Amino acid sequence: MDIKEKLIEKALLVIALSSITILALITFFIFEEGLPLIWKVGPRAFILGNRWVPSQGSFGIFPMIVSSFWVTLGALLLGIPLGLACTIFLCELTPRSVGLFLRPAIHLLAAIPSVIYGFWGLVVFVPLVRNYLGGPGLSILSGSVILGFMILPTIISISEDSIKALPRTYKEGALALGATHWQTIWRVMIPAARSGIVASIILGMGRALGETMAMIMILGNAVQMPSSFLDSARTLTTNIGIEMGYASGDHRQALFATGIVLFVIIMILNSAAIVLSRRRAGG
Amino acid sequence: MTVAGSTSVEPFAELLAEEYMRLHPGAYIYVQGGGSTAGVEAARSHAANIGMSSRSLLPSEKDLSAVMIARDAIALIVHPGNPIRNLSLVHVRDVFSGKIKRWKEVGGPDHPIVLVTREEGSGTREAFQKFVMGKEEISLAALVQDSNGAIRQVVSGDPNSIGYISLGLVNEKVIAMEISGVEASVSNIENGSYTLVRPFLFLFDGEPSLDAKAFVDFVLSPPAQKILSKEGLVSILPRAAQK
Repeated sequence: MDIKEKLIEKALLVIALSSITILALITFFIFEEGLPLIWKVGPRAFILGNRWVPSQGSFGIFPMIVSSFWVTLGALLLGIPLGLACTIFLCELTPRSVGLFLRPAIHLLAAIPSVIYGFWGLVVFVPLVRNYLGGPGLSILSGSVILGFMILPTIISISEDSIKALPRTYKEGALALGATHWQTIWRVMIPAARSGIVASIILGMGRALGETMAMIMILGNAVQMPSSFLDSARTLTTNIGIEMGYASGDHRQALFATGIVLFVIIMILNSAAIVLSRRRAGG
Repeated sequence: MTVAGSTSVEPFAELLAEEYMRLHPGAYIYVQGGGSTAGVEAARSHAANIGMSSRSLLPSEKDLSAVMIARDAIALIVHPGNPIRNLSLVHVRDVFSGKIKRWKEVGGPDHPIVLVTREEGSGTREAFQKFVMGKEEISLAALVQDSNGAIRQVVSGDPNSIGYISLGLVNEKVIAMEISGVEASVSNIENGSYTLVRPFLFLFDGEPSLDAKAFVDFVLSPPAQKILSKEGLVSILPRAAQK
């Protein structure tokens, strides 16, 4: 019996290690393919350059970094208030019957493939922006709105967990001291669950930064520096997604290099989320 | 047997391969994309029995032998609601380089022009660059879509937009423009007056193998050419021979 258990233990260890090995291989490969180009072009020219014309040897991804930032910010502006409102409603104000329906519906939102979000955005939302606000419709605004919806399940499920994990005494104590239900939620429960909520927002941000398919369909992918929310833009992920088909030589390496920049940004965000959620567990 | 290269030729080669395999049950043809340059490399390195290219061979690639299987035209498309139906080649160039920014400047309504182009590396974009832009650069403000279908989708939805796609893929939702007064039609391509035309090539290094030769003979035969013209390409046979 003991041997059997040991064997299973070892087998599980190997499986766990293999998934980490694959992660390490991916990381190694991205850096190995992309770094030579960054050195060739120069890190400053690559990251801060404004022109992306691979056929002429111009590899500047600054407009894409800026666009990624704007699109993500827009998504958060929509996703945070909506997500928090949903969380509060789900945790504290939902009648049981509505919650039974609402919670699975929100989880379903996470299960919809991104290409469907993209298609819906392209067919329904983009024409609205084009007709009522002007510009090509394929724009940062459209992308932000669609992404805002896409990150809702991430924000809601994680922040809901963190509110549910609060000791009952917090709520009971506040109510016993004469606070109204709303004061209890806003002054006691939200601040107490803050680190979990912040972690959920950072994970949502990571999701927004990494989204590719829907953004290829909605953002229009122009390589210029966007000057308004109605301009078309290209993010780091869509740059890789849209050009990998035919890229070869330096162009291909430049796409991997774009991946390195994205990788570093996502790593920083995820580490921040881990640190913040650890703090919650400790406190 | 493997046929590899241009993604513009790929769907047509797949169609022909299916038909060929239906007629010759023992044969198996594997069609693979990758781009015209990959097609040249595949033919040269014998990684594929036949390479596909949607552009003429460069001087450095002339060591390969090429068989033209059809021609494809690039059509400039606009929304049906756009009153402009004709642009000179110079105007097209100025529009796509961003020198002309509003439809008013070419006789249309006072709306901004929304450019739609293909991504870097696309054979269609390379052909457009060569035939229309020359040394000029396509504006960085242009929207970029990664397929003919996506460009058609954008242009069919936006009255201010202009894009370019394979003539065979023009449908009723978009209008193919005249260029310098010449309509993009099969007869104008055949008589040489419509010039945005590129060849679809099969490439070999040296003599093709017997299998490959049999497939090429099939592709050049009237029934196969009829399939290609039905799909919107311009056959290499005069129209009388297709009947």
